[in-house]
Amino acid sequence: MRPFTFERARSPADAAASAARHPGARFIAGGTNLLDLMKLQIETPLHLIDINALALDRIEATADGGLRIGALVRNTDLAAHEGVRRDYGVLSRALLAGATGTLRNKATTAGNLLQRTRCPYFYDTNMPCNKREPGSGCSALDGVSRGLAVVGSSEACIATHPSDMAVAMRALDATVETIKPDGATRAVPIAEFHRLPGDTPHIETALEPGELITAVALPPPTGGTQVYRKVRDRASYAFALVSVAAIVRRDGTGRVALGGVAHKPWRVEAAEAELPRGAKPVAERLLADARPTRDNAFKLPLVERTLAAVLAEARG
Amino acid sequence: MKFDTPATTNPIDQLKVVGRPADRIDGKFKTTGTAPYAHERHDVAADQAYGFVLGSGIAKGRIRAMHLDAAKAAPGVLAIVTTLDMPRLKRGTMNVAFLFGGDEIQHYHQAIAVVVARTFEQARAAAYLIRVDYAPEPGRYDLAAEAPNAPPVGGDSGEGSGAPPEDRVGDFEGAFAAAPVRLDERYATADESHAMMEPHATIAAWDGDRLTLWTSNQMIAWGKGSIAKILGIPARNVRLDSPYVGGGFGGKLFIRADAVLAALGAKAAGQPVKVALTRPLIANNTTHRPATLQRIRIGADRDGTITAVAHESTSGNLPDGDPETAVSQTKLLYAGANRLTAMRLAVLDLPEGNAMRAPGEAPGMMALEVAMDEMAERLGLDPIAFRVLNDTQVDPENPDRRFSQRALADCLRLGAERFGWAGRDPRPGAVRDGRWLVGMGVAAGFRNNLLMKSAARVRLDGMGRVTVETDMTDIGTGSYTILAQTAAEMMGVELDKVVVRLGDSDFPASAGSGGQWGANTSASGVYAACVKLREAVAQRLGFNSADAVFTDGEVRAGNRVATLAEAAGAGELVGEDAIEFGDLGDRYQQSTFAGHFVEVGVDSFTAEVRVRRMLAVCAAGRILNPKTARSQVIGAMTMAVGSALMEKLEVDKRRGFFVNHDLAGYEVPVHADIPHQEVIFLDETDPISSPMKAKGVGELGICGVGGAVANAVYNATGVRVRDYPITLDKLLARMPEAI
Repeated sequence: MRPFTFERARSPADAAASAARHPGARFIAGGTNLLDLMKLQIETPLHLIDINALALDRIEATADGGLRIGALVRNTDLAAHEGVRRDYGVLSRALLAGATGTLRNKATTAGNLLQRTRCPYFYDTNMPCNKREPGSGCSALDGVSRGLAVVGSSEACIATHPSDMAVAMRALDATVETIKPDGATRAVPIAEFHRLPGDTPHIETALEPGELITAVALPPPTGGTQVYRKVRDRASYAFALVSVAAIVRRDGTGRVALGGVAHKPWRVEAAEAELPRGAKPVAERLLADARPTRDNAFKLPLVERTLAAVLAEARG
Repeated sequence: MKFDTPATTNPIDQLKVVGRPADRIDGKFKTTGTAPYAHERHDVAADQAYGFVLGSGIAKGRIRAMHLDAAKAAPGVLAIVTTLDMPRLKRGTMNVAFLFGGDEIQHYHQAIAVVVARTFEQARAAAYLIRVDYAPEPGRYDLAAEAPNAPPVGGDSGEGSGAPPEDRVGDFEGAFAAAPVRLDERYATADESHAMMEPHATIAAWDGDRLTLWTSNQMIAWGKGSIAKILGIPARNVRLDSPYVGGGFGGKLFIRADAVLAALGAKAAGQPVKVALTRPLIANNTTHRPATLQRIRIGADRDGTITAVAHESTSGNLPDGDPETAVSQTKLLYAGANRLTAMRLAVLDLPEGNAMRAPGEAPGMMALEVAMDEMAERLGLDPIAFRVLNDTQVDPENPDRRFSQRALADCLRLGAERFGWAGRDPRPGAVRDGRWLVGMGVAAGFRNNLLMKSAARVRLDGMGRVTVETDMTDIGTGSYTILAQTAAEMMGVELDKVVVRLGDSDFPASAGSGGQWGANTSASGVYAACVKLREAVAQRLGFNSADAVFTDGEVRAGNRVATLAEAAGAGELVGEDAIEFGDLGDRYQQSTFAGHFVEVGVDSFTAEVRVRRMLAVCAAGRILNPKTARSQVIGAMTMAVGSALMEKLEVDKRRGFFVNHDLAGYEVPVHADIPHQEVIFLDETDPISSPMKAKGVGELGICGVGGAVANAVYNATGVRVRDYPITLDKLLARMPEAI
């Protein structure tokens, strides 16, 4: 951990403005990922802006009948929120499938979206990694890649996004609300929020320098049976090999997003048209451009089988 | 005390204290955070500085140069010691990797510098400022690729399993070829990490040329000798103190880089230095259980009688390293007239392979007990019946040599009854519970019983209080408690009248904690010391020591009675002795046995394996404390679930290191993975083993369990996986139709 300066922000606008004044600054909320990365010197911010005191910890109804989730709402609180449990069950289930109780007590909504890959090579500073050190190469491509991406990856990076929550939010068509250093606000659809690696895997989101997430908005409840199924080697406290967030309506139509397979929550709207015909055609469309490694090719049949399990569960 | 004839009746047989499920006397300290572990011993030396160990960034080659200017100028830095500052240091007695000194890199994350600073954060930040110029060399990292050229090598785990390069009885090839039912399969086990909770950690302080290490170590006497050898100082100038150890599993049998670099850092800084290895260093800087490639062949008559058995294993290690002795148990476990065991050892440039909980047997039983299950199926026999049919009461290689006790068949039969084995459907994939495919598996458990010299000192004071002093360690096993129980039984006092002090090299040298010998041998050492103390008490009182009865805090002989407090009233009485074992271990084969039963559910869609219930029935001599023994066994069962289902150090075969070097990447079972566990101990005493008539259980609990898990997965799914751990990717393609 390098020495750094530290401030407590007084308002979201202040926080964003301060970030713009301090190149390389990082916002800190729960710190459940950032502190680990700083200890390993994967992140070396010179300035930390503590946003925990900002009034971004509320869950409110929106005018259109949806929910606005403050950036600082803790994962535990979000999962337990009555409205979330009633109307957005896939989100509650995804949150509870992630990490552990103690981590969820600290981890925030915005921080969850911004957590970084768990690719083991990203975490070892002796190893080339284009995400950590642009241009240095990708060790995972010819290394150990069992947990890594099968679709949407590039020659530069096969990392996955580790979040469960974000996969559910992708299925729910959430919107990420932000404030920029100049005070301007905007709303970014979650589909556009996370990026594919391409040849710039170090750029992971649509956020501009200094831009701060203030909330995540959920559209009005969509109904349907909502399922989140996380497949992993151990029963708890493990990242997904594959996960499926699904919303299935009575007529068999619905939405599906995948975790554990790509650099971002993976959803192909066109694939959802196949839902009434079962898991196989949906999986084929979702993974049409898959480029797995030898280590992780099993994820392709696993996606199909997990999807089949989810559809069976949704249809009771 | 020399133990060279079977034990007769002695005071331990009263079982007033021994054999009772006493709570751990250190339990309240551990659960309240008041048992200080090595890195937390803030009060043992003033002005403790922090050392941070820098590991090599390459797996093989040389260091051309190290650039220290920036690190030296960093805030708070007190001293930097690099591997280029000194020639390569000698190795400790039990290790093959060199821990420090010189420019040669043998393996990834080999220690190459320690930075000492006022705070941990300063030391770590400065260490990252060191730039290193490497001259990398190609290395050998792929066991499967090196195996064909691996020469035959014998070896001994140092923990009770061993085998020559090749060992033959009868004519294996002829008998195997003639056998009407044959099995010839290959199995692979993974590199595994001890992954104990407390990392390797040491505080070092010099007083002139005398060195004290407050550390976390299983084997104090080994450690004292090794650190002296490594640093080139007389052993008499070294003191080790390790009263609490937060898990070891064999990873802390040895002096490792934390101790060496704390000592070197403290010398350079001129003040005490504490060093803990970071989690990433534990996988690649310390030791691990080596991967194995095994081949098992079994030939049998149609009635199930084994006529030929062969077990071969190949593992890898650094030059001068030992093989993983995975064939050892196959020499003893089942009958059969024609036998072959063989081991090969490839040179690999990965970190050092060495002992981890039941070295040899743990991976060897994993393969052997699956092979037995496969063979039973080919014979159309129940796997328990097949094992019982081939049970033996004598060493199959030396039929004149009997087992001191061998209740394997009883363990299997009782376990079958308690587990509901009769309700198992032997047809694979036949039982469903919703989306789950359900299966049951069984395996034998087997682990040798080791006998090691162990000394202790016992003091009696004027308050009638008994104090036990031995350098024995408690690595979470219950040593404090069983040694207190032993002393209480021998001296005829309540448990709360006994104080146990452990882990200090100034105390008499014990057997230490390894090879599941700790409980039996260290308790026997305390027994021997108590015999001496009883004599001293009787002599002080003028009693005939042969008649003296020690009970209820009193000593009685004839019509005379005195309290222990009175006996020591005129001054403390001390008994000190060691238990030394004669040739009973050669004349009799001493082993421990278990029947392991596991039920699993396998998700019919995703092939996720989840254990549903487990049972171990153990025959391991007298159980000194059923509560601590049970804890040992359930911990071992849990570890075995890890090795069967998830634990694997992933080798990067190009760069030569274990990639998943933290607890996020190296998954061990969590609570959600471990369901109902039951442990039954057969009521047994083994007078051949020691005056305690006890044996070990801490490793018995892991041996065979993984095989039972694998056999249960097969029973559930019909998919036989022989490459462990059984992760879902190995099942998916062959899974039955989901429902």
